[in-house]
Amino acid sequence: MRVAIASGKGGTGKTTIAVNLAKTLAEDGPVRFLDCDVEEPNAHLFLRPTFQERKGVALLVPQIDAEKCTGCGLCSRVCAFHALAVVGGKVITFPELCHGCGGCSLFCPTGAIHEIPKKIGVVENGLAGKISFSHGRLEVGSALVPPLIKAVKKQVHADRIVILDAPPGTSCPVVATVAGCDYCLLVTEPTPFGRHDLDLAVGMARELGIPCGVVLNRAGDGDEIIEDYCAREGLPLLLKIPFDRRYAACYAAGNLLVEEFPSWQEVFKDLWREIERRAGA
Amino acid sequence: MKELVVVSGKGGTGKTSLVGAFAALCKNAVLADCDVDAADLHLILQPEIQEQHEFYGGHKAQIRPEKCNRCGKCLEVCRFEAINEFKVNSFSCEGCGVCSRACPEEAIVMAEHLSGHWFISATPYGPLVHARLGLAEDNSGKLVAQVRQMAKTVAFDQKKDLILTDGPPGIGCPVISAITGADLVLVVAEPTVAGLHDLGRVLDLTAYFRIPALVCLNKWDLAPEKSEEIETYCRERGAEVAGKIPFDVEVFKAVASGRPLVEVSQGPAAQAVQELWLKLQTRIGGD
Ligand code: SF4
Ligand code: SF4
Ligand code: SF4
Ligand code: SF4
Repeated sequence: MRVAIASGKGGTGKTTIAVNLAKTLAEDGPVRFLDCDVEEPNAHLFLRPTFQERKGVALLVPQIDAEKCTGCGLCSRVCAFHALAVVGGKVITFPELCHGCGGCSLFCPTGAIHEIPKKIGVVENGLAGKISFSHGRLEVGSALVPPLIKAVKKQVHADRIVILDAPPGTSCPVVATVAGCDYCLLVTEPTPFGRHDLDLAVGMARELGIPCGVVLNRAGDGDEIIEDYCAREGLPLLLKIPFDRRYAACYAAGNLLVEEFPSWQEVFKDLWREIERRAGA
Repeated sequence: MKELVVVSGKGGTGKTSLVGAFAALCKNAVLADCDVDAADLHLILQPEIQEQHEFYGGHKAQIRPEKCNRCGKCLEVCRFEAINEFKVNSFSCEGCGVCSRACPEEAIVMAEHLSGHWFISATPYGPLVHARLGLAEDNSGKLVAQVRQMAKTVAFDQKKDLILTDGPPGIGCPVISAITGADLVLVVAEPTVAGLHDLGRVLDLTAYFRIPALVCLNKWDLAPEKSEEIETYCRERGAEVAGKIPFDVEVFKAVASGRPLVEVSQGPAAQAVQELWLKLQTRIGGD
């Protein structure tokens, strides 16, 4: 069972839901947690795993052997991402633009191109109690997010329960995370921004054919904006977490709701049962 | 012409509300929403769309079944696991074109792919360039570049001296595309453990591209100790904290009413935003 926690908009409390759900489920058995927000990974700040393993993730980028290169220019015509240019009979590479498709080395007529790894980030694995924790960290200055997310997702083995904390938005990094999941929880807040971005996230989940449900965070004032939206779209509103300064302070300090306020454990258990029921249906 | 980009490590730090308020405060700017993935600025600025354009961010492979002899060459060369059962999964396809070149039967065409739209609109606060990336699309960095380019053209045509940009979250391709070459970046951070962590990553990024950056602490009084910690951190890194905005329910009310904060409130948050804006103005020297 793979469940992704996403939201069209950042800062809605996606990570809060993900870590508290994982922590609650870990009471009853092993859980795998993947923080796929490789641009700004935060979940480790709450689950505080001990990391045991750190692996570099690299992309293969071209290196030109000037002796073999005839300056024919085919490689720069092959490259769809403008990562190679031929100037004055010599090839210049722009590795930060390269997607690692392998086209240039495959088609170079003289075999002048071989590929070398360029680091785009790291994957770290660790343990937080019964939670097997993995996350990725994008190398600062690297633009390529999806390959790193895919590397994080490869850390899953025979896990029964996998919780994925998705990056914000609805574009390629989120798609890379949510693809292949059984259910998607969308976290939002009761504001026009919240509804607008929820609508985008719902569209994305539907596009990918993944069933989804909504969690309304910081609820209490103006909830109708989300309730009405859910009713109209036929979406289940699975959980509401009221706005409370004590919860905000708990989050600010990097603590878990289910630990500071144990009555929330039952709520997260119910949430999980509901997800299981709906994902199975 | 100067360019100020407002970013935050994570979304939801109040970045868009802040940009909306700045928009109401500045006199002669072009506004740009570069958070193309979850563009929200229009919810505050109530734009009237004047121009709409299609955005083709790249290509996607398409296999013509009538020409395909099922040799499997394309599967072998595609590095993105985008071909399955002799069909291309357009979510996974990066448009590299390698399969198309490798196919012995010329059965694969690379079709231009509509990945979103961009708009030029009129708002009470000046022209707004904004965009909408299609759902589950890639190439947001390219669309950001397009929005910025258009904002520059509009600024040039209408003799505006500032481009005020609502930037995307994160540190990946859309952010890089939004900040490279800008004159000043304002990073909005919240006083939380995660906020501090994200701020550090964004400041690493602005340092990497050598762009001057200022920090604004939003809702600082929700966790005064954490705010203190972030201020110390900034001091140690040599990043100036240019503003501290208190938690204020008026901010939510402004969002709910779809108006810029400074137009509907004289409260503590609105005042702090005005002070911050004065500082930014002197720093950027525009307007
Ligand atoms: S395709 Fe090969 S030989 Fe031709 S310019 Fe590129 S590297 Fe040189
Ligand atoms: S590997 Fe692909 S993306 Fe990279 S330079 Fe070669 S052709 Fe371009
Ligand atoms: S390479 Fe061309 S002919 Fe071969 S399987 Fe792919 S599409 Fe078909
Ligand atoms: S264009 Fe590139 S990514 Fe798309 S299917 Fe062909 S080889 Fe794969």
